[in-house]
Amino acid sequence: MQLALFIIFAALAIAGALNLLLQKHPINSALSLVVVMLSLAVLYWSLGAEFLAAAQVIVYSGAIMVLFVFVIMLLNAGEEEHTTGSRAAYFAGIPGSLAVFCLLSFVFLRESKALGNVHMSNAPAGAMSNIAQISEVLFTKLLLPFEVTSILILVAILGAVVLARKEEHE
Amino acid sequence: MSTEVPIAAYLILAAILFSIGVGAFLIKRNVISIFMSIELMLNAVNLTFVAFAHKWGAVSGQIFVFFVMVVAAAEAAVGLAIIIAIFRTRKTLNVDQINLMQN
Repeated sequence: MQLALFIIFAALAIAGALNLLLQKHPINSALSLVVVMLSLAVLYWSLGAEFLAAAQVIVYSGAIMVLFVFVIMLLNAGEEEHTTGSRAAYFAGIPGSLAVFCLLSFVFLRESKALGNVHMSNAPAGAMSNIAQISEVLFTKLLLPFEVTSILILVAILGAVVLARKEEHE
Repeated sequence: MSTEVPIAAYLILAAILFSIGVGAFLIKRNVISIFMSIELMLNAVNLTFVAFAHKWGAVSGQIFVFFVMVVAAAEAAVGLAIIIAIFRTRKTLNVDQINLMQN
């Protein structure tokens, strides 16, 4: 069950990511990124992070990607054209990303034994739910960072409004 | 049970997604697509955080992912506003033509 869930949604995530890479039109890339984010939400849930699975759906695929789609429609972005500079990016990009993948997977496979397996019923008996655990740490130990993020969001809102505002010609 | 998934499989999946993100970041020419591949890389890193949080049975890794989501939301708002401002002045989304600092 767990293995089938992992295989299906891992394949879906990889297919979505490859589709993001191969599609020429940004709106197709945006929609395939939504597929990646939704399948990652299922994988979070299978790792016992229910709160993050919900937050992934609401924040990433609900808020951020809708913002992306809005901007793509607002700017009427068409298909990207390839220029001479992008040919060099092909020769640098494909070997570069393969090198990153080889390095990461080498490290992970070497430590594979020590990492062990995923246990679905990992929580000790009588444990609180995931949301209760997270909120207990978030509102006691990490209360100050949590409050500071609200200032960050406020600054981001103000910055977005100032940057996207039409300049007035006097 | 033989149907248990090793945690390394989740980490390898995150590595695959991260490298696709790196490749898309370098290959894509549309500035919005480049921005989306940054989001893909952030998601891959979040998956490793959740996998390690599961491994150690600690909730702090999940809280870190929560903060990453908050920062990604703020970053997306500001970044897309910058893209709109660039499009207003340059009338293009191609990164090869956005070379104001070159000349």
